[in-house]
Amino acid sequence: MTSELLETLREPLNGFLRNALLAGLLASVSFGVVGTYVVTKRITYIAGAIAHCALGGIGFALYAQHELGWGWLDPLYGALATALASALLIGAVVLSRSEREDTVIGATWAAGMALGVLFIKMVQRGGVSIESWLFGDINFVGRTDLWAVAGLGAVVLALSLSFHKQFVAVCFDEDFARARGVNVPLYYLLLLCMAAVTVVLLVRVVGIIMVIALLTLPAALGSRLARGLPGMMLWAVALCALFVAGGLELSLRLNTAAGPSIILVAAATYFGVLFGGKLFAGRRAAGGA
Amino acid sequence: MPALEFNDVCFAYGGGRPVLEGASFTLDEGESICVVGPNGGGKSTLIKLALGLLRPDSGTVRLFGDDPAEVCGRVGYMPQYLNFDAQFPITVLDVVLMGRLGRRARPGRFRGADRDAAGRALDRVDLSGLGGRRFSDLSGGQRQRVLIARALACEPDLLLLDEPTANVDQTAGQQFEATLRELAGEISVVLVSHDLGFVSGWLEHVLCVNRDVHMHPTASIDGKTLREIFGGDIVAVQHDHDCPPGEHVHHHGPGGGHD
Repeated sequence: MTSELLETLREPLNGFLRNALLAGLLASVSFGVVGTYVVTKRITYIAGAIAHCALGGIGFALYAQHELGWGWLDPLYGALATALASALLIGAVVLSRSEREDTVIGATWAAGMALGVLFIKMVQRGGVSIESWLFGDINFVGRTDLWAVAGLGAVVLALSLSFHKQFVAVCFDEDFARARGVNVPLYYLLLLCMAAVTVVLLVRVVGIIMVIALLTLPAALGSRLARGLPGMMLWAVALCALFVAGGLELSLRLNTAAGPSIILVAAATYFGVLFGGKLFAGRRAAGGA
Repeated sequence: MPALEFNDVCFAYGGGRPVLEGASFTLDEGESICVVGPNGGGKSTLIKLALGLLRPDSGTVRLFGDDPAEVCGRVGYMPQYLNFDAQFPITVLDVVLMGRLGRRARPGRFRGADRDAAGRALDRVDLSGLGGRRFSDLSGGQRQRVLIARALACEPDLLLLDEPTANVDQTAGQQFEATLRELAGEISVVLVSHDLGFVSGWLEHVLCVNRDVHMHPTASIDGKTLREIFGGDIVAVQHDHDCPPGEHVHHHGPGGGHD
């Protein structure tokens, strides 16, 4: 069986596809590593809110580019700025324990999106589409994006290699980490910032709404396969890369949108393993009884 | 120099009702005690104050004559039963290695010396050879021993154990007692427990905590004292001091759960 993806990549006009695939494969490293922390620390919803807040910065950057003439302000920078700001805001509120965590997450989530929609609707010129940011559009993935993915991914990887043992302690048992003198608030905020940077990496490919699935599903599958966190990370990286490649292949074969195809491949695998595993365990139990 | 010293300590969470009021006691270096008291009486709060995780509203806490936050590296800590995620993929050795973290931990992987110390701590609790197992695959009693090993990994001078026998079955509890008795002979151990019978054979003093604190010789604790401490809502742990260790009969009343 030949791969539609490999065939199409050979055609010289498909630079966008090559970029999307490369971006996806490069970003898989950060997605697997940071996704592992996010899943074990159970902060998927915080990561989701951060991803949606990226729209605020994207909207402002598009407005500034088209209406204010700030051509240099790439939407990716805007996304990075508001994602990081929301990470610090949510992190600070959670750490202060003064408000209900889920309420703050919901409020930040909605406010970030509202800001983005507001600015995008104010753009008069140019065919700016909000959809391509919400759901991803691989036609937008350019060379600069690849450099950004590689550079930011390297920063995230370096941080997790340097402070892995602190992150593990914070994810596993905050009280104990504190008692050992670990600066828990610092590492918690750093973790949220790494999640913010990571989700922004693939916003162009899969969009802000669905990016959270690519962050958490490979790691969730990895946690079933590995004995420890390093193993979980390796599985998550491999699965994330596989989902990106598989999703792109599927989108070419069926002529469907790339972002949703990638996410559906990931979700189908996740639920398949979840229910398949339960079915298998049930049958084993019934057979043994 | 005392290992731990509370001097007229008062503490309340977020301006609420005081959890501890006028708490004073001294624990000499090498001495071990059991901390008892009703749920919500301030036992865990006392442990967190000793570690510097909480700051007293008034009064002073001294750990080895110093500010607890400065010297908490010399203390091994086992938090109250860890409500941990059963799907958390982590090996036993990696759990124990957490005990080697410190304020000035260098970036990067743990060093050989850290791994050696973690291995020795696992030996201490008779779990050598289980380092590569997944933590969630162990029994409740084994997990508690791993958490003791984690507390021991920093080679502490003082061990603070918050309800280490919660969720441990009786057989595991006896193994546990043997390990703790041995440790209490070497370093200071502060043991929070609901089960006075568990410690009365080998710890000389009991610290009763119910907003205020009182140190009692273990031998002097009888049903009347316990009813005073627990406010009468618990049938005291009946204990025959002549029984050899491990053959005690305990009658727990209501209120013997875990906070």
